[in-house]
Amino acid sequence: MRLALSSLAVLAVLIAAWWALAAGLGLPAYILPAPDAVAAAWWERRDFILHNAGVTALEMLLGFCAGAVLGVLCALTMAAAAPARLVLRPVLIASQAIPVFALAPLFVVWMGYGMAPKIAIAAIVIFFPVAAAFADGLRRTPPALAEAARLMAGSGFGARLRTLRFVVLPAALPALGTGLRVGAGVAAIAAVIGEWAGASEGLGYLMLWANARTQIPLMFAALVTLFVLAIAFAALVDFLTRRMTPWISETD
Amino acid sequence: MTPHPAATRIDITALSLAYGRAPLFDRLDLSVAPGEVLCLLGPSGAGKSTLLRAMAGLVRPEGGSVVAGGAVALMTQDDALLPWARVVENVVLGARLRGERPDVPRAEALLHAVGVNDLAKRPDALSGGMRKRVALAWLLYEDRPIALLDEPFAALDAITRRSVQALTLQSLIGCTVVLVTHDPFEALAMGTRIVVLAGVPARIALDERLPPAPLGTLRDPADPDLRPAYLRILAALEAP
Repeated sequence: MRLALSSLAVLAVLIAAWWALAAGLGLPAYILPAPDAVAAAWWERRDFILHNAGVTALEMLLGFCAGAVLGVLCALTMAAAAPARLVLRPVLIASQAIPVFALAPLFVVWMGYGMAPKIAIAAIVIFFPVAAAFADGLRRTPPALAEAARLMAGSGFGARLRTLRFVVLPAALPALGTGLRVGAGVAAIAAVIGEWAGASEGLGYLMLWANARTQIPLMFAALVTLFVLAIAFAALVDFLTRRMTPWISETD
Repeated sequence: MTPHPAATRIDITALSLAYGRAPLFDRLDLSVAPGEVLCLLGPSGAGKSTLLRAMAGLVRPEGGSVVAGGAVALMTQDDALLPWARVVENVVLGARLRGERPDVPRAEALLHAVGVNDLAKRPDALSGGMRKRVALAWLLYEDRPIALLDEPFAALDAITRRSVQALTLQSLIGCTVVLVTHDPFEALAMGTRIVVLAGVPARIALDERLPPAPLGTLRDPADPDLRPAYLRILAALEAP
């Protein structure tokens, strides 16, 4: 609650500064439109903006889910079998080493102008923090718990699976939560990169569209909408991941 | 609890072990008889915990052998309770890990018996003394003939410690118990036998059998009759 209030206060200060800058320097609307002009543009084209926001939101959501599921599966496979680690670790590193900006046009060529390449790009971007953080968490079971489990479970594949299920996995959930929160933070970036590479819908597309027509207030309206969407998405994932680990006491 | 029918012995023969490059044990011999409560003392780094972990089979000897006659349960200072699981779930964890059907009514009965009544709480919501009681209920649920305890009461205040010590002795009647401790008074209160490890590599600097106390009860460590033993423990701890 205090965080929400302080965020609102920071936002108010930023908008005031923006206003002062636009009005004080007398900048023309095609360089820096004032907040009221942006608000007017937003209201005038609200159906258009909201439709495109819906498209981007869906891309973020589906890309996030796909990336998160792949990341979780990758980390679990690495934890369950040592040979899988040798195969998957390079995949994990490669997924992060290749700039997604470079891949985006290729994905558009392969998958078309629709939603598929955006979802794929978002999934790749989100895959890494989720897989890396969760794999780390799965490797770092507190030694006291791991030893106690070893003494209780005995040996064998079944014992290892049950140890994973009852000890290793829950112990890694806080790390998974961290990975998901990081992934949620970059979901909007990934969706917009995908749209910039080629799209006919979405907030990234709308920004390019407005920019090309020098409708800078509309572009700003799309930008602000994207900002709100990104924050809302991150907040939602934050809320859900904290619900996932209720035993972690926040010190904030 | 009924006395354990198959309390078993532990035999350590010619154990050699190094911690990193430092030799910890060189041909160490030690046997623990069924039903003994052996308190293991020694300066920090003497290898008490390593010896206990070797008894649990968590450390492989480099030479010699460690043979525990029966299944062991190990309870450490940070009591290895799952922070995400409620108290009852912690007690039946062993059953879950072995793929058995957890006996929840029995776990609840054991928790009540050791004085834990808040069965829906998570460990982090409990005091140190309550956590120990939960760990004790877990130990009793596991029902292993050998209980290895590594400084389990170190973090407790004096009053809580005394009550949990008494409860532990009472609960583990019939089991073979090895208790690592820093506290000579704890050893005098709980042990039937006190072993002090000292030196590098560690040797047995003192092996003292204490006069019997009624089964499952704490001795008074301030008893003048125990003073000579206390002085011998101190001397052994200070031995080079």
